[in-house]
Amino acid sequence: FAEFDDAANLLAANPDATTISIDEPSDIPKTKHGRLQQPGREEDDELLGTDDSDKTELLAGQKKSAPFWTFEYYQTFFDVDTYQVLDRIKGSVFPVPGKNFVRLYIRSNPDLYGPFWICATLVFAIAVSGNLSNFLIHLGKPTYHYVPEFRKVSIAATTIYAYAWLVPLALWGFLMWRNSKVMNIVSYSFMEIVCVYGYSLFIYIPTAILWIIPQRVVRWVLVVFSLCLSGSVLVMTFWPAVRDDNRRIALATVATIVLLHALLAVGCLAYFFDAPELDFPAPIIPVHNGTIITKVQ
Amino acid sequence: GRAAPPLRADRLGVAQFAELADMSLSGDITVEGEITVPVGAPSPDEDFSTLDEPVRETIMRDLKAVGKKFVHVMYPKKSSALLRDWDLWGPLVLCVSLALMLQGGSADSKEDGGPQFAEVFVIIWFGAVVITLNSKLLGGTISFFQSLCVLGYCVLPLTVAMLVCRLVLLAGSGTVSFIVRLLVVLAMFAWSTLASTAFLADSQPPNRKALVVYPIFLFYFVISWMILTFTPQ
Repeated sequence: FAEFDDAANLLAANPDATTISIDEPSDIPKTKHGRLQQPGREEDDELLGTDDSDKTELLAGQKKSAPFWTFEYYQTFFDVDTYQVLDRIKGSVFPVPGKNFVRLYIRSNPDLYGPFWICATLVFAIAVSGNLSNFLIHLGKPTYHYVPEFRKVSIAATTIYAYAWLVPLALWGFLMWRNSKVMNIVSYSFMEIVCVYGYSLFIYIPTAILWIIPQRVVRWVLVVFSLCLSGSVLVMTFWPAVRDDNRRIALATVATIVLLHALLAVGCLAYFFDAPELDFPAPIIPVHNGTIITKVQ
Repeated sequence: GRAAPPLRADRLGVAQFAELADMSLSGDITVEGEITVPVGAPSPDEDFSTLDEPVRETIMRDLKAVGKKFVHVMYPKKSSALLRDWDLWGPLVLCVSLALMLQGGSADSKEDGGPQFAEVFVIIWFGAVVITLNSKLLGGTISFFQSLCVLGYCVLPLTVAMLVCRLVLLAGSGTVSFIVRLLVVLAMFAWSTLASTAFLADSQPPNRKALVVYPIFLFYFVISWMILTFTPQ
């Protein structure tokens, strides 16, 4: 595998180099990665402004050439290297004003690796942090008996995966519908929307871990902060797609996107993390003879 | 094409037998020749029939293979024994014993207790399948069952940790016991992750190794979490 190492070194040294891989017939030449992934080129944004959709459609069609029942088709969604995934994560956490996440980082190479594993990590981060935080909050109380609350993992998983897949589906359907009425300059494929949503959830992972701190002010500051960051990524991505539409519809769309994102954060905070500092309602201890005794603190 | 010669030979054979049948014979006819019955690809280490050996030998051979793999996991070197002759007995035994040991946890209410047997089973097997699919989609050259085999066998250190945790919990469940359990689980978690990475890392494309190792890390982290949060009634 010496040639792989050489190629990897060369590519790492000069990411703009034209590389051609001839291993698979369904593999497209990697020139487009080298050429298009250049954050900071202002003229690129302008150039791609007018024919972005055309180019996106063309390259998307070029890419997914394998039929959907073959394994190679799904491999095209995992055609990312480590540095690309890290770049995309960085792009979702530090939104650059005026730069579009999809255009900058995804560039017709949407991947499913990021969305899937970021969601998986988020599910476990929320479940574990929630459990830890509850443990720390109730630590001193004599009536408290620690439970791992494993059920909450499945609830977290359902919620987060539903959000990461159904909301993009709805949004994509809505944008397609509007596209048929108003000729939009920018349009995104379903995979790109899933990608943006998946990567935008990344900021919630450190937020969930920091939610262990049992202070209400800290938690709400974290919610607002992370919402601003990931919400701005989403807004900057989807505003160009709706701005040519009716003003009210455009604003309503963007507002809904942000609202759903906020709802996810607040909902997770409320459900998985017990409120600190409040007089916690006394735990109900079932007793053998059927009567229920509540111990008053 | 191919069907014709056998027919011709049959007819010839039938004709020959017919001729022979006409002749009256008083003795046995010695027929010599070679009969080769194709048995598929001949494997070099099975030139004797394993059908006649005693059952004990069959079981011992499989047990020895499983035991050898356990040793390979505990002292992970880059050997290909684990990959070449994969089997899923070891992972099944480990998974079942881990799931059984995670039972008997706090059962104040069925809602908030620890993971049930089925949940542990599903997490381990589904998690291993997802990680294998992930590494194959990223371009790994390892086969599906080889990867399942490695991931399953590398649960061994965590099963040992579970055993130790249960023994420590028998002694007491205070802060000291918690710290001991935490250290043991941390050490075994690191051991599992490093062992599986040692076996699986070579089959990945070099610029995607981190993408493949991270889900393995997450997988063993979740199992370690289940072990660490186990509280007896």
